[in-house]
Amino acid sequence: MEFIIVTLVKAAVWAAAILFALLYLQWVERKVIAHVQLRMGPSRVGPHGLLQPLADVVKLLTKEDLVPAAADKFLYLLAPFLAVALALLPVAVFPFGPEVEIFGVRTSLQLADLNIGVLFLLAISSLSVYGIALAGWSSNSKYSLLGGLRSGAQMISYELPLAIAVVAPLLLANTLSLRGLAESQGGYYWGWIPHWNVFRLPAPQIVGCLVFLIAGFAETNRVPFDLPEAENELVGGFHTEYSSLKFACFFMAEYANMISSCAFATLLYFGAWQPLWPEARGSWLFPTFFFALVGLVALYHGLHPARRKDRVTLPVVALAFFGIAAVFQIPFLRPILLPIFWFGLKTGFLLFTFMWVRATLPRFRYDQLMGFAWKFLFPVAMVNLLVTGWLVAVYGE
Amino acid sequence: MDLVLFLTFAVVAVGCAINLVLQRHPISAAISLIGVMASLAVLYLLLGAEFIAAVQVIVYAGAIMVLFVFVIMLLNAEAEGKTGRSLVARYVGLPSLFLFLSLLGFLIHALYPSSERTTFGGFTGGTAENVGRLLFTDYLLPFEVTSILILVAILGAVILARKEAD
Repeated sequence: MEFIIVTLVKAAVWAAAILFALLYLQWVERKVIAHVQLRMGPSRVGPHGLLQPLADVVKLLTKEDLVPAAADKFLYLLAPFLAVALALLPVAVFPFGPEVEIFGVRTSLQLADLNIGVLFLLAISSLSVYGIALAGWSSNSKYSLLGGLRSGAQMISYELPLAIAVVAPLLLANTLSLRGLAESQGGYYWGWIPHWNVFRLPAPQIVGCLVFLIAGFAETNRVPFDLPEAENELVGGFHTEYSSLKFACFFMAEYANMISSCAFATLLYFGAWQPLWPEARGSWLFPTFFFALVGLVALYHGLHPARRKDRVTLPVVALAFFGIAAVFQIPFLRPILLPIFWFGLKTGFLLFTFMWVRATLPRFRYDQLMGFAWKFLFPVAMVNLLVTGWLVAVYGE
Repeated sequence: MDLVLFLTFAVVAVGCAINLVLQRHPISAAISLIGVMASLAVLYLLLGAEFIAAVQVIVYAGAIMVLFVFVIMLLNAEAEGKTGRSLVARYVGLPSLFLFLSLLGFLIHALYPSSERTTFGGFTGGTAENVGRLLFTDYLLPFEVTSILILVAILGAVILARKEAD
């Protein structure tokens, strides 16, 4: 009984967190891209455009919900639902931290610890192509169909290097459980360099990590691999005919896929919740310093005489960050917050990389896209796997 | 709980399979087949074969069926028209189906008496580790022969595709 209640509470917290992250990830992305391109980004709705996501939701809700007359009705309705459901599913198996004690209840910061966790994630990602492919086909429009076909071909092609890149860290960890994978990366070389799989002896996975991230960009249909929705060729690609909430579903699915892709990379290569340097050497103080520094920067800008508009908002933001910094010093909350902080920091950095790349790189041409997957990425992933396997067999424990 | 899940997904699997035959449009038939594959994966999971369940989804639902759907979309296949069925098919079809099913049921019942039936959770050797160990010890030769067969098939596909391009 206790197990059911704890799991329900965790599921509710997880769902709230992921939906909030989805809402604000889009705001963060627009701001990051704007600043890379020397623009302001959203700034009208609320201070610094902070209420922009809510305005967008209201806008999407009130749009007319069109269904094309020639569409296959059932599949047309099924596709966005499928896309968003499959995109939200992976959160159920990610371990955000080790086993902790909250109000006298021992539980792990994970919804379900499958001993085939990695295979589960691969299975979900291999199914997620259906949402896009069916949307493209059922709309009965040539742009949508081309977008759906492109995404089908692209996702099948990039799944191969992705899956092969995933195998190499599994050889190092010797388990298929995500929890085991995270725990195997604890510890430090010479007291400083963490046992993350990117640094892990005998076979550091630097190349594997790059292959995984590049294939991750392609799997989530992000720039420079956003051929399925190339707007200058295909109008909107697979979602050309979708409007209102159904369009919002695809939008949410893209961002949820981005989050799970980054969280998977964090788990496989960057040691999940393991801190960058040992806790004995003060890594537990880092979150406090980090948030306090952010608060100080906000305070400095808020009190700057040239920024009269932000005289109230930025000091309030600064106070909020000082509050978060103080929360990390409460002893009984620390074992829960620290792992979540490190996991979130690494995932957040990877998400920032996704946005950075989107703001920087142009789109691939279609033949370049396919050639890159089959002639470069796939062989590189294969060689990486062979070298890792050989090193683990010869020098492994 | 196990029984409820089994009944649910068994019904879904059979329903999808019947739908697969009845649907006139290839895409709808393909979607039903994906439903069959996915519910089969859940049934494997209920029996304790975790690895097989995951591989069922990855390989069949996630790779082979994607290819099917892709080809159907690419060829832009239309719904099939009804052909006039022959008299034999109309009058002998259903009875022979029932005959076949009852024969199959009788044979299974005769070969595997109900005392030996499988139970949910009774089988624990289905983890990836167990399957891997068996593949590389007891079944090494069939495993290697299969991989060579697949390699030959890939080479054949490459050669066929290259001829097309010239």
